[in-house]
Amino acid sequence: MMRAPSSDLPLVLDDVSLRVGATTILNRLSLSITPGAPTLIVGPNGAGKTTLLRLCMGLDAPSAGRITWGGRANCAPLRRAILFQRPVMLRRTTAANVGYGLAQAGTPRRLRAQRVAALLERVGLSDLAQRPARRLSGGEQQRLALARALARDPEILLLDEPTANLDPAATRSVEEIVLMAAQSGIKIVMASHDLGQLRRLAGEVIFLARGALCEQGPAANFLDHPTTPEAAAFLRGDLVI
Amino acid sequence: MSDPLSAWQLILNGDAALFAIVRLSLAVSLSAVALAALAGMPLGALLALTRFPGRSALVVLLNALMGLPPVVVGLAVYLLLSRSGPLGGSGILFTPSAMVIAQTILIVPIIAALTRQTVEDLWTEYRDELTAMDVSPAGRMMTLLWDARYSLLTALLAGFGRAAAEVGAVMIVGGNIDGFTRTMTTAISLETSKGNLPLAMGLGLILVAIVLAINAAAWGTRVWSERQAG
Repeated sequence: MMRAPSSDLPLVLDDVSLRVGATTILNRLSLSITPGAPTLIVGPNGAGKTTLLRLCMGLDAPSAGRITWGGRANCAPLRRAILFQRPVMLRRTTAANVGYGLAQAGTPRRLRAQRVAALLERVGLSDLAQRPARRLSGGEQQRLALARALARDPEILLLDEPTANLDPAATRSVEEIVLMAAQSGIKIVMASHDLGQLRRLAGEVIFLARGALCEQGPAANFLDHPTTPEAAAFLRGDLVI
Repeated sequence: MSDPLSAWQLILNGDAALFAIVRLSLAVSLSAVALAALAGMPLGALLALTRFPGRSALVVLLNALMGLPPVVVGLAVYLLLSRSGPLGGSGILFTPSAMVIAQTILIVPIIAALTRQTVEDLWTEYRDELTAMDVSPAGRMMTLLWDARYSLLTALLAGFGRAAAEVGAVMIVGGNIDGFTRTMTTAISLETSKGNLPLAMGLGLILVAIVLAINAAAWGTRVWSERQAG
């Protein structure tokens, strides 16, 4: 029986809050993530960017409000993938890490070797295929994690400050892979606190401060005409706490 | 046999009876380690990954069972296998099979408890990543056991050390029958009680040397394979 592949988009948060004990980490967020150019979640450290991504992935449940993926709540993360700020490398070779991602995504065994090679090519790690993944440099590990995330053939790719600990060259190669993924039709949702990165990548911006949604809109608008004092201060380079 | 060097002379002369004792000791203890690993590792991983009422009590119990006295295990297996016991019909009391069973029971808690701790520690590191990849519960267990393989080698060695060193359980269920169920430890015990201290000491040194060699081999394997696969 043929089934139309169900889509995880739009990803809709409806009045979502997350509290841990007495601390409110996210406060009554309502937003919608739709297909299109990359969405960058920006804001100072501690604004709730990581928490928002974890909710979008379905790793944590909100304490109030509702999250739906393509109109469905509680759906398994089949069409979405996440890149953590410090991705965990399985204690295996580079190729085996990608192979693991493919196996978990249900890729038949006979197709895996070929797809592993293609994914490693895509992130520029073909030469390091047989290296232990944990011996790779920070930038190489991020690219490997990207290959492993792309192995899931995701519709939404969530990224948590993937370049926060990388030098400019490694940052550039990660950004190139992300842009390539965006061009191939994958919806990119990426947390960042780097204004330069915002200019280079963003189509749309979600600005968070102290757990609240301050702005959501096209990147150009946000950069030229911030409407909230928090966003204006952030763009000026002031310390927003 | 009262010559202090007699045990070494037995080795140098290729004494058949001595080699039979060494071979039996290794066969029994290594079989017990293999069986205990098959049971203890999945058990430990399962306990690491599941949450249920009474789990903490079970973890404490399992940790306590690492200190199970060999003579108590020997006695319990003896009662099970003796002619009037529930499994008396099997007729394996005073055979190497009974010794393997006793040692397996002795070291399952050791391997399970150490596996539980190792897998639980690795799970805190892997939890988000495996959850994001939607890995099934069985898949999680397999992944964690495989990725913890170098640390789990230590659990196996702890189990082997316990099995190779114990005398109480094999003495009771094996009976220390010359040429059939006599192991290094029961032989040492016997020679000591006979007053043949030099031979007992020599056998003890051989046992320590074997345990050392196996640990060195395991260490070498670990270093080599970590270099291969990280």
